[in-house]
Amino acid sequence: MINKSLKQLGAMLQGKEISSVEMTQEFLNRIDRLNPEINAFITLDKDKTLAQAKHADSLLAAGKGTALTGLPIGQKDIFVAKGWRTTCGSKMLETFIGPYDADIIERFDCVGAVNLGKTNMDEFAMGSSNETSYYGKVQNPWDRSRVPGGSSGGSAAAVAARLCAAATGTDTGGSIRQPASLCGLSGLKPTYGLASRFGMIAFASSLDQSGPMAKSCEDMALMMNVLTGFDKRDSTSLNREKEDYARDLNKPLAGLKVGLPKEYFAEGLGADIAKVVNEAIAEYKKLGAQIVDISLPNTKLSIPVYYVLAPAEASSNLSRFDGVRYGHRAKEYGDLMDMYCKSRAEGFGAEVKRRILIGAYVLSAGYYDAYYIKAQQIRRLIAQDFENAFKQCDIIMGPTAPSTAFKAGEKADDPVAMYLQDIYTIAVNLAGLPGMSIPAGFAPSDDGKRLPVGLQIIGNYFDEARMLNAGHAYQQVTDWHSQMPEGIE
Amino acid sequence: MEWEVVIGLETHTQLQTKTKIFSGASTAFGSEPNTQACVVSLAFPGVLPVLNQEAVKCAIKFGLAVNAEIAPRSVFARKNYFYPDLPKGYQISQYELPVVGKGSMTIQVVNGDKAYEKVINITRAHLEEDAGKSVHGAQEGMSGIDLNRAGTPLLEIVTEPDMRSAAEAVAYAKKLHDLVQWIGICDGNMQEGSFRCDVNVSVRPKGSDKLGTRREIKNLNSFKFMQQAIEYETSWQIETLEDGGTIQQSTVLFNPDTGETRAMRSKEEANDYRYFPDPDLLPLAISESDISNVKADMPELPEAMKARFEAQYGLAHYDANALTSSRGTANYFVATVDAGSDAKLAANWVMGSVSAKLNAEDKEISESPISPNALASLIKRIQDGTISNNAAKQVFEAMWADEGDVDSIIESKGLKQVSDSGAIEAIVDEVLAANAAMVEEFKAGKEKAFNALVGQAMKASKGKANPAQVNEILKKKLGG
Repeated sequence: MINKSLKQLGAMLQGKEISSVEMTQEFLNRIDRLNPEINAFITLDKDKTLAQAKHADSLLAAGKGTALTGLPIGQKDIFVAKGWRTTCGSKMLETFIGPYDADIIERFDCVGAVNLGKTNMDEFAMGSSNETSYYGKVQNPWDRSRVPGGSSGGSAAAVAARLCAAATGTDTGGSIRQPASLCGLSGLKPTYGLASRFGMIAFASSLDQSGPMAKSCEDMALMMNVLTGFDKRDSTSLNREKEDYARDLNKPLAGLKVGLPKEYFAEGLGADIAKVVNEAIAEYKKLGAQIVDISLPNTKLSIPVYYVLAPAEASSNLSRFDGVRYGHRAKEYGDLMDMYCKSRAEGFGAEVKRRILIGAYVLSAGYYDAYYIKAQQIRRLIAQDFENAFKQCDIIMGPTAPSTAFKAGEKADDPVAMYLQDIYTIAVNLAGLPGMSIPAGFAPSDDGKRLPVGLQIIGNYFDEARMLNAGHAYQQVTDWHSQMPEGIE
Repeated sequence: MEWEVVIGLETHTQLQTKTKIFSGASTAFGSEPNTQACVVSLAFPGVLPVLNQEAVKCAIKFGLAVNAEIAPRSVFARKNYFYPDLPKGYQISQYELPVVGKGSMTIQVVNGDKAYEKVINITRAHLEEDAGKSVHGAQEGMSGIDLNRAGTPLLEIVTEPDMRSAAEAVAYAKKLHDLVQWIGICDGNMQEGSFRCDVNVSVRPKGSDKLGTRREIKNLNSFKFMQQAIEYETSWQIETLEDGGTIQQSTVLFNPDTGETRAMRSKEEANDYRYFPDPDLLPLAISESDISNVKADMPELPEAMKARFEAQYGLAHYDANALTSSRGTANYFVATVDAGSDAKLAANWVMGSVSAKLNAEDKEISESPISPNALASLIKRIQDGTISNNAAKQVFEAMWADEGDVDSIIESKGLKQVSDSGAIEAIVDEVLAANAAMVEEFKAGKEKAFNALVGQAMKASKGKANPAQVNEILKKKLGG
């Protein structure tokens, strides 16, 4: 059962082969067995989870089930859920219980999906290895000594280790796609504004977007149908007609123009990754795609621009964690300023502090024009790069990450090396475009392990259905996405 | 040396919306602490602001009322600083692109024996959210935070440094206070903090065109304090400069008990607010049709109404001005005229007795015990000669004390004017007979004696005789 897709599991529930309670219990048992080491889940509430499963069973029995009814889903701990501890990977929120439901939590509840638990993540989604979590690092199920990527590392490891059939993630600079790539999953960051940010603890508001992490594009389409949609509680949510993301899954790819940005295959890309990605492109040619060489000339500026804008927004977004109303407050302090300083010094980890400092710096008087304004201007140029590219092609393909999963600790003390993990993903967030990573094969590690490699597919605005179509067609002729790591049986 | 004071105002007006500017929480004043603070007011993790369109309408109304540019696109920005009553650690405000641009207002100033009009230029007005309140002393050794007010919509209205005296500043503040109530965007309650003024004061040698260093007097919540604070601040600055000192740019507070201003922080310690556009909110777009929709809802503005009163009723400029000082007064006047009163008499009564009574009893015109209809019925009795002006004052007092309607009071007090010429003639004859000496004086050329005789006749009639008739008959009898 554990390697079945959401679609297959859903069919089992609908066919009464198994109840949601039984299915949920089986995943909970797996979590009990495997999670103490993998550490993908940081908060479980079995009573709540099983109560939801029971409710789902009643919906199914009444014939009111829909595609995701009764299916256990891991929820990234960035989403506030009523009655659930919601930590965002931080000590700051160690005891914080959500007083309301995030939009995405509500949407999954509404269709009777089961919240299996809250997944580990880099603190406040700041990191590419899940090593900044206050709740400990997460193991990559393909090689337990390696990182799962981040910041949605817990969700990625949970799906890879088959602790759940699918999970949610959020992606500010690559936080869905890079861990999907490193853990051999399919992950999709939608067009900015398709999924509501209400109840998703903000990192960089103009870049944050939630999306699905699953085993296949077909499963992601089912999740997209649930997690997108207009929400009047988020002013940046787009009021568009609901669409069925599964509608084009089986369209033939003949004539699809695939753009390959030369900058994504230049220096910095591991040869092992390049080989796998090129093989995947060859597969697409066989499926009838036409390959077009394109250029995204401002790619190299995306990391510096991102590391101005994201920390700027974060420094302000994280100001509310001041120890006054909720969250961590220092036990002993003198005056008000001392209370602020100690509470925040104790509550935040090093990477979060680093980004708050960068953000406060680039926004301060005298530096604002040189950093923030300049970065906003370049952000527009980066978006224009894509606009020009999409005049030549339908979708863009390239690597998701420059390397396979690296060893825990390997880059932990080198922020710049860590930031380079997102070199191919960040521009997509800056432009607000949809981006996706799907498993494209494996590269051997120095110590002889097989490590997953992701292929990134970037679409034009609102072109998720076409991207899922491209991914699904590939997954019909390859089996990378259904391979399982060893030692998780 | 002769000094000139230069004053500019920043006024925070709380907008009369039912809910907060970025959430659905209620804005009602005076509830139990933190009972009107939803998860957005409390800045819980994950919550987002959604702009209340009613607040935008208020801003457009104000822009229209001061003939200002209304920005087709304005931007909300975050003003970052830490304070316990500021739950997000930033205030959502507008910085580089405010919703209302340059406009102006004409004020009427009375300064000593000078009365004049002056145009005050509005620099801008922008939307922002109010902070909560820190409550000290409710619990021993602790400070409390009440976030009921956090997120209440404010329109901050900023003037150019156009005012040259405390009188001008107060006249502007009063006029603005009237205007925001007139257009219904603010309840004007200064005690509850709905209308709060920060006053920037600097001095310079008269004739200089360079501005002096300013100090900002924060949070003045009464016009009296504003007057006192500016006067004190002005003489303090002049004395400091004359003593060879310099003025440091700073923020000062006014202490009503001592009548003095004192610096609370200097600019060097001021925060760097790290303003940047709020990524949670889209730029605010206002279309021509949005503006015309609001325009259709706008009441007639005081300036237009004033001009109309002058043209339509032939009122003097001063009277028209006074009657349009508040919407309540204007409405009361119009209702009185509509009920059949002569306009000039109505103007005199509204500005005279009615307003004196209201002032004495500290009442709003809406609380007047005499309705516009009742006032019109009183004035009609003057117009038709039933009572004299003097008697009308007595009737007015009785009506104010709710002793009955006009006619029953006239009846019960016996104030009906005698206009029967036979009766008046009889009284005049009596007076002439009893005051032969005065008659002689008059005949000898003393004009004053005539007035004395009129007085005697009025007295004899117990004030009820129609004075015009008394005059006429007396003149005839004296062969005049």
